[in-house]
Amino acid sequence: MTAAIEVENLRCEFRVRTGLMSAEKRVVAVDDVTFSVPAGSVLGVVGESGCGKSTLARMVLGLLKPTAGTVLVDGRRLFDLDRKARARLIQPVFQDPFASLNPRRRIKDIVALPLEAQGTFSRGEIERRVAGILERVGLSAAMGERMPAQLSGGQRQRAAIARALVLEPRIVICDEPTSALDVSVQAQILNLLADLRRDLGLTYLFISHNLAVVEHVASEVAVMYLGRIVERNETDALFRSPRHPYTKALLESVLTPEPGKGVPDIGLGDAMPDPANIPPGCRFIRAAASRSNAAAMRHQRAWSGLPREW
Amino acid sequence: MSALLEVEELQVTFGGRTAAVRGASFRVEKGETHCLVGESGCGKSVTALAVMSLLARGGHRSAKRMSFAGTDLTSLSDREMARLRGNRMAMIFQEPMTSLNPAFTIGSQMAEVLTRHKGGSRAAALDRAAELMGRVGITAPGMRLGQFPHQLSGGLRQRVMIAMALMCDPELLIADEPTTALDVTVQAQILRLLANLKREFGLSILLITHDLGIVARVADHVSVMYAGEVVERAPTAALFRAPQHPYTRGLLSCVPVPGRVQRDKPLGSIPGVVPAIGAGFAGCAFRSRCAHADETCARAIPRREAGDAHDYLCRLEPDWAELQPA
Repeated sequence: MTAAIEVENLRCEFRVRTGLMSAEKRVVAVDDVTFSVPAGSVLGVVGESGCGKSTLARMVLGLLKPTAGTVLVDGRRLFDLDRKARARLIQPVFQDPFASLNPRRRIKDIVALPLEAQGTFSRGEIERRVAGILERVGLSAAMGERMPAQLSGGQRQRAAIARALVLEPRIVICDEPTSALDVSVQAQILNLLADLRRDLGLTYLFISHNLAVVEHVASEVAVMYLGRIVERNETDALFRSPRHPYTKALLESVLTPEPGKGVPDIGLGDAMPDPANIPPGCRFIRAAASRSNAAAMRHQRAWSGLPREW
Repeated sequence: MSALLEVEELQVTFGGRTAAVRGASFRVEKGETHCLVGESGCGKSVTALAVMSLLARGGHRSAKRMSFAGTDLTSLSDREMARLRGNRMAMIFQEPMTSLNPAFTIGSQMAEVLTRHKGGSRAAALDRAAELMGRVGITAPGMRLGQFPHQLSGGLRQRVMIAMALMCDPELLIADEPTTALDVTVQAQILRLLANLKREFGLSILLITHDLGIVARVADHVSVMYAGEVVERAPTAALFRAPQHPYTRGLLSCVPVPGRVQRDKPLGSIPGVVPAIGAGFAGCAFRSRCAHADETCARAIPRREAGDAHDYLCRLEPDWAELQPA
């Protein structure tokens, strides 16, 4: 089976200045990331804010040029394709449908825009396709006449999904698609995304900080910490037996609705290390070290023999 | 047990038209954590702001009864309320960056709370600030006192807000989505901290959240809000074991639980959206989304008892769910 997305040794650096007079620093947002997503499957990417997961998404979408490494989408280099061809291949769905939908246009015009930009569709064809996709995502024709502000959060996210799918791409990058939604609406959108994937044979790269959501949608999960993938495994195996201490801490800190269990003591330090100033060796060691030095040393020994990907 | 905060039939309207809270009633007992849970727009934050007399302009509140430690809050003047607020009842918000003043150091903002309410010297207030920062798990408080809000991480800023809320030794802490803007690992730390403070200081906490996971882990009692009403009240264990209101049941079925995920099956979801509630609305606000609604739902809905301190607003008898599985 061919891989829908193939990423090799991907790296992204940003140059930042922390003050007017201070020296330029290099922040490595994504560091040596390698993975592939088989066609028709879902790779979940989890991690906390600042771990580089959205930067990764932007590089896979071709919106950001990697500092090093390659991204192959459907076997092709994105940067060799023009924008129109790229748009037919891969599409994004972002977190905040308020920010990603033009507030001054009607929903059906927003959804039609990718088709118009291609320049090859007739008026009738565009109307037919827009009507079809709106119905597919559960929006009535009357909804298509409205402005984004007249829709609820869930309806706006449905519109964003319709716009992403109207060109019939094979691959969709979902970057926190339900994080801004209420749980009851989140469930509707997750169910819709699952139906669409099954019916249209889509491949998803699904980015979220919510582990339960990722467990629900993904067939494989990659855990990111400070720009690197620290653990990657098939979903059930990762949730059943996490191996990296960071994955364990992340899983322990999820508050499942089970009364009487209390809040877990995960005993991490104050915060992640500064990405502009990453300590050498295991990135997790400093956070773990604040728990106890002995534990940190054990981690270092236990994990030093692992392959590079860990 | 005596109630520290008692709210009965709270009504909040904006501009005389939009009914944000419609007859919400709940009690926060001394030394307990009470959760107000609900989705966006259900009126949970407005309820907290109404208790604190912090409603935005145009907001109007009325209540049959609203008392805090025996004091009738509805009869207090603005000045009397200002003396209470930040002193005996304190509040923390979701995004600490917007509630801290970016132009002043952490130390001066914390000290001001104490000198304003209790008087005393600034030096003594700074000492107390440093002590409390230590208590909430901030290392090197001396250095932090001299820093500005933007120099701290989100987790640290929320700890500062909590320390600041504790400056005057309040009896009630109202926390409005205190961990929603934080990462899960930091969230666990902050919630543990709140639980410890509750024990140490004998604090009562009114915690507002949309996250049923948080509710299950920290609450003693829960009030579920929907469209401005408290539709179900219960001790936490009872709510999760035997939820009665169809909305509560729907909400619980929507939450994917790690380790118990069935990927081939769709998640439970609640169809439709929250209706717009205008003046003169009668009956059950959930009826347009409810699978069990009938014509009687458009009339006044009884509050039914389902157990010890457990009641809900619905036409269905207790434990209807066992008779007809959803």
